[in-house]
Amino acid sequence: MSVATALQRPGGAPGAAAGRPAPPGGAGSGHRRLIVPGVLYLLVFFVLPVGVLLATSFYARVPGGELGEFEPALRWQNYPEALAQFWPQLLRSFGFAAAATVAALLVGYPMAYVIAVRARGRPALQGLLVVLVVAPFFTSFILRTIAWKQILSDDGRVVGALRWLHVLPPDGRLSATSAAVVVGLTYSFLPFMVLPLFASLERLDPRLLEAGADLYATPLTTFRRVTLPLSAPGVVAGTLLTFIPAVGDYVNSSLLGNNTTTVMIGQVVDARFFRVLDYPTAAALSVVLMVSILVLVTAYVRRAGTEELV
Amino acid sequence: MAVRTGGVRGAALEIDAVTKRFGAFVAVDDLTLDVPSGAFFALLGPSGCGKTTTLRMVAGLERPSAGTVSLAGRDVTHAPAHRRPVNTVFQSYALFPHLTVLENVAFGLRRRRARDVRARALEALELVELVHLAHRRPSQLSGGQQQRVALARAVVNRPALLLLDEPLGALDLKLRRQMQLELKRIQAEVGITFVHVTHDQEEAMTMADTVAVMNHGRIEQLGAPADLYEHPRTAFVANFLGQSNLVAGTVVETLDAGTTLGVDVAGVRVRVPAARTVAAGPRVLVGVRPEKIRLLGGTEDAAGGDNVLGPGTVVDTSFAGVSTQYQVAVDGLGTFGVFAQNVGGATVHPPGSRVHLAWAAPFTFALDGHEEVAAGTVDLDDEP
Repeated sequence: MSVATALQRPGGAPGAAAGRPAPPGGAGSGHRRLIVPGVLYLLVFFVLPVGVLLATSFYARVPGGELGEFEPALRWQNYPEALAQFWPQLLRSFGFAAAATVAALLVGYPMAYVIAVRARGRPALQGLLVVLVVAPFFTSFILRTIAWKQILSDDGRVVGALRWLHVLPPDGRLSATSAAVVVGLTYSFLPFMVLPLFASLERLDPRLLEAGADLYATPLTTFRRVTLPLSAPGVVAGTLLTFIPAVGDYVNSSLLGNNTTTVMIGQVVDARFFRVLDYPTAAALSVVLMVSILVLVTAYVRRAGTEELV
Repeated sequence: MAVRTGGVRGAALEIDAVTKRFGAFVAVDDLTLDVPSGAFFALLGPSGCGKTTTLRMVAGLERPSAGTVSLAGRDVTHAPAHRRPVNTVFQSYALFPHLTVLENVAFGLRRRRARDVRARALEALELVELVHLAHRRPSQLSGGQQQRVALARAVVNRPALLLLDEPLGALDLKLRRQMQLELKRIQAEVGITFVHVTHDQEEAMTMADTVAVMNHGRIEQLGAPADLYEHPRTAFVANFLGQSNLVAGTVVETLDAGTTLGVDVAGVRVRVPAARTVAAGPRVLVGVRPEKIRLLGGTEDAAGGDNVLGPGTVVDTSFAGVSTQYQVAVDGLGTFGVFAQNVGGATVHPPGSRVHLAWAAPFTFALDGHEEVAAGTVDLDDEP
C-alpha cells in the first residue's frame, strides 16, 4: 500500500476519490480520523526506519572499498555470520534480561502490594509512594547508572558488608561483574514493573482475601490462589515492560560491566554501528533481536492467557 | 489444629462478654450470646448496630477487644479465620472472579485436601440447582445465581457453623422470598447451625427460630420471633420488629387480683395485662400492634372488655391487597397505624371518617415510660 492510500483510507470518503468504492460501514469516519497523527508518526519514525534497517542488514561490502563503504544487495549471509560471531552476547542479553525481570518482579511485587493494598484508603500516602517509585525518572538515566558504579565499587560499603557477611569472598568484587549489570538493569526498569502491578493490585477486592481465609486458605495459599492469579495481568504487563527494554539495553552493561564477559547485544550493535562501521552486521543483529523478542513475547502472552483473566 | 476438622454437625456458639472497639467507637459492647447447636439464629438490627462486626469476630476476620468466642465448647477467640470450622456467605458474595463456579465451590474442599472434591462440589451445586452453570465464571451469573454459588461454596464444607451476612440484601423482593425458603430448606437438610445477620425484620422472623435484636452494640431482646413480636420489652424492639402504636400513660390501679393494670391514657382508662408490662414505675408506654386494632364507625359499639381510644380522624387509607392500612389521628394522642384484614364485608373507612379505635385488652402491652416513643422506627435514610 502506498503512503498516499494509507493516509486517505482512514478518512473513508477520499478512498472513493482514489477510484475505489468507499468500504461498507465507513460511516463513523470522524473517529477514525483521530488515529491519523499516530499512524503518520509511526510511519515516519518506526515503519520507515525498520524498512531501512531491514534493507541495510542485507547490504554487501563494496569490493575494494573503504571502511564503512557498503552497497545495496541481498546478502543473506550477513545473518548466519553475525549469529556465528555474536550468539554468546545475544544469549547473554536474554539471560541478563530474564534475571533482571525476575529480580524486578520479586522486589517490585511487594512494593506494589504495599502501595496498592496496605496503603489503600490513605490517598496521600499512596500518592507519595507512587511518586517515590517514579522519582528516579527525574534524574538522568546515565547519572543513575554511574551512581550504581559508585555503590558497587570495590571499596564501597555494599561490597564491604557482603565480604563481612561472607556472601563474597575477601577478595570478591561486584564492579565489572554480571551481577552488577543485572542489578543495574533491575534498578533501571523497576518502575516499569511496579506501576502495572500497582494498577492491577489496586483493583483487588480485599473481601476476596477474607473469603480465602474463611475457606481455610492460609495467608500464603490465599496469595497463591487468589491474589496472584488476580494480579496476573499486571505481572504480564510488568514483566514485558521490564524484559523488552532490558534485552536491548547497553548502558548498564557498558557502565557496570567489563568489556568481555558481560557484553550485551546492545553494546555489540552500538560498537558495530559506530566504531567498526559494520552496518550490515549491526542491522542484522538488530533484526534478530526484534524478531526473537517478538516471538518470545507472543509465546509468553499466549501462555499467560491474559484474555482468560478478568 | 483440631478445630480445623469441621464436619462437627451444628456446633453451639458461645459469645462471652465480647467487646469490639474501633478507636473510640464501641461497635460491640459487652455482648453475651449463646446459639444452641443446630439453631437457625438471626442477629437483627439497623445498620451500625454491631451485628456484622459480631459475625466477623465469629468468623475470625476481626479480633475482639475483650471477651471470648467459643465453638462447640472450644475457645477460638485467637484462632485465625482459616483454622475455624466456620464458613461465611458474604454480603457481596466475594466469589473468586478468576475461578469457575465449580472451582469456587471446590475451593474450601481443596484447601482441606478433601476427597472426591469434584463430586462433592457438584453435589453442593445440585443443592442450589446450579449444576448446569458449573463451568461459568461468576461474572456470567445473575445476582441470585451468584448468591446461590456463595451459599454452595460455604455449605459444601459442612462447617460447624454457617454465617450469613445479609446474603439476600442485593436480591429483589420476589427472589429474596424464594431464597429465604431455600435457605430454610437447606438448613433443615444439612443440620448446620446458621447465624444470619440482617436488618430486615421480616426476613429474620420468617427464617430464624431465634432472633436477637441488636442496637448500639448490645442485644435489646432475644427470643422466638412470635415471642418478640407479641412481647416486646423495649420501645426499640416494639418499633423495629413490625410496627407498634405507643402512647404515654400512667398506671393508676391494679385490677383482677393484680393480673391487670388500669392505665390512664389522656384521660381514658386502658386495661393492660400485668404479665405484658415491663415498667417498674407508674409511667408507661402503652402499646398495641396495628393489626390488633379495629376501627369503629359512628354506629358501631366496642365489645365488653375492649380498650377503646378516640374519636379520631382517618387521615390516610391505603389498600394493600390482603389488608387495608389506615393512619388515624386520634385527638390529643397522635397518629395510630391500623391494619384491617380485607375479609368479606369489611367496611372501608375513607379519609376524613370519624372513628374510634378498639382492641381486646389482652393484646395491650406496656413498656417503661422513660423510653423514646420513636426508638427503632425505621428511618429511611438509615437503610443501606
